[in-house]
Amino acid sequence: MKTIIKYVTLDLVRNKIMIIYALILAALSFSVLSIDSNSSKGLLSLLNVTLLFVPIISILFATIYFFNSIEFIELLLSQPVKRNKVLLAEYIGLAATLCIAYTIGIGIPLAILAPVYASVVLLVSGLLLTLCFSAIALLIFVLFKDKTKGIGAAIITGLFFTLLFDGLLIIFIYSFSDYPIDKPILGIISFNPVDLARILMLLQLDVAVMMGYSGALFKKFLGTATGSVYTVVCMLFWVIVPLFISLKIFKKRDL
Amino acid sequence: MRRAEVICFVLFVFVCTHANARNSKVFANSPGSLQQAIDKTMPGDTLFVQKGTYKEHDIHINKRLVIIGDNWPVIDGQNKYQLLTIEHDSVAVIGLQLQNTGRSSLTDIAAIKLLNANYITVRNNKLYNNTYGVYLQNANNNIVDGNIIQSNSVDELNSGNGVHAWKSAYLTISNNIISGHRDGIYFEFVTDSHITNNRSFKNVRYGLHFMFSHRDAYRKNVFMDNGAGVAVMFSKFVEMYDNTFVHNWGDAAYAILLKEISDSKIIHNRFIKNTVGIYFEGTSRIQVLNNEFKENGWAMRVQASCSENNFERNNFESNSFDVATNGTMMLNTFRQNYWDKYDGYDLDKNRIGDVPYYPVSMYSVVTEKIPAAMILYRSFITDIMDQVEKILPSVTPDQLKDDAPMMKSWNLQ
Repeated sequence: MKTIIKYVTLDLVRNKIMIIYALILAALSFSVLSIDSNSSKGLLSLLNVTLLFVPIISILFATIYFFNSIEFIELLLSQPVKRNKVLLAEYIGLAATLCIAYTIGIGIPLAILAPVYASVVLLVSGLLLTLCFSAIALLIFVLFKDKTKGIGAAIITGLFFTLLFDGLLIIFIYSFSDYPIDKPILGIISFNPVDLARILMLLQLDVAVMMGYSGALFKKFLGTATGSVYTVVCMLFWVIVPLFISLKIFKKRDL
Repeated sequence: MRRAEVICFVLFVFVCTHANARNSKVFANSPGSLQQAIDKTMPGDTLFVQKGTYKEHDIHINKRLVIIGDNWPVIDGQNKYQLLTIEHDSVAVIGLQLQNTGRSSLTDIAAIKLLNANYITVRNNKLYNNTYGVYLQNANNNIVDGNIIQSNSVDELNSGNGVHAWKSAYLTISNNIISGHRDGIYFEFVTDSHITNNRSFKNVRYGLHFMFSHRDAYRKNVFMDNGAGVAVMFSKFVEMYDNTFVHNWGDAAYAILLKEISDSKIIHNRFIKNTVGIYFEGTSRIQVLNNEFKENGWAMRVQASCSENNFERNNFESNSFDVATNGTMMLNTFRQNYWDKYDGYDLDKNRIGDVPYYPVSMYSVVTEKIPAAMILYRSFITDIMDQVEKILPSVTPDQLKDDAPMMKSWNLQ
């Protein structure tokens, strides 16, 4: 398994798109952080970048990569290795490279220009998002046989979580605003890793006060250590559950 | 140097006007010495309190008297008692250190209490760890100047105010440093007074609390890190000039909360990093000019119950929301403000934007109606909503606009 991870990672590190991804992130974060003298504002801008780019790029790139390496996977499976191990190795290799790219692109500028605790949270939430969306990409890969359909599904999923979900949530909030919906909203938010990452990060910054302004519940629950742990655990679920399902499906899939 | 000048001046005045006035000294040698010394003096005398610790309490001053502390003698209430009570006109208390009054929920225990007394000067004292610092009750024409008033209150129930004034007029509260009380400065039924050059910070509730107090002016004060900022309620003809409001940050913190205020002026103040810069409720005819709003959560929340307020030549920079309101009715005017979020153009180069600016964003309307929507703060969809609303306004109040937004910020130094 280690050998497969090694080869996948080596293959990906040399991939031009990976390098460009890291470079773009680095350029963005350097410019954003050096323009604003206030590190908290720079962090907010980087949060927007992370929330918008990381999920979509992770899921798209991962899906395309998995579909492209289908022959490689089939070749490996003709050898005496377990299906689970091959798939897991593919995932780990890919997720690791995406994480490295993110760390280089965002982590290093943050370490140099804004070495505060909130930066660590931003880095962690970005990495968790990368892991989530590569796991979802893996699920898409095992669910669809056709590459075009798979990529389409990846785009829709990416957009769903970054845009559509919040839109639906607004409709929900609007239509049930006469009821005590604070708690249900907290529950619903757990179903979207992007929202979880955003809230995890916002709670580290001053602006958290504005969120807790009226819905004191958000702050009471999410503002505490328990809240942070809850968000991280939810996001880890978003990694583990898709992975587990994909492994299960892949085991029985007719190749 | 300054203290010496004050003492000289006071002495001079008294020597001139009361040639028969005597000076006497009191030492901290026996318990009760201070009250005895006061009882022995004649009206118009000057009492010098020598350095030392006086464990005395409930000291009553009921004659015309100047009390001057030599190098801040300590009068200690041992966390049980009340200290100075002044019940006669024309008393001066200068250079004392008054500390550790008791705490009581039945009576207001104060370090210096002025009861029905006029023409009092309280100057250059240090008041540490008291429930109330200086307490003025039905006391007119008094000066509270240059005092350091500190306490360590933790909650609103068991604490008092730094400078507390009730039913008074013509007060001057100036150059004080007040922290750690419930309200830094508290005014109720106080008219025609000046609050100048004070620093009020880290108070549990308000830096300045102001009710039913007409024709007062506050200038050049700094209000920082107070639990709820500054509240001004039910007053007329209030003037607020050159104050600075910094980091009044919390769930219910306002740099200024205005409720039922009319005919007042808010000019050339600075609002930096407050949850809400100014909150207007039921206000009318207020001139808000030349102020700077920077890095606030909401620069202003103007409720629909406000009318005929005038917002001109202010700078709005880096605020999360510029203006929020709770209705579609808007009877106030906004003109010639600088808004950093304005993206219009200026074809005729007169430095005034050619298209109006709508300071209320759609998302702020949504969160005003449904506070729970705040959970989507900073999410991508809300940005899109704001952009769409800018092109096709439908939800935001269309009368709330600045017809002549400035292209460049005002220089308000």
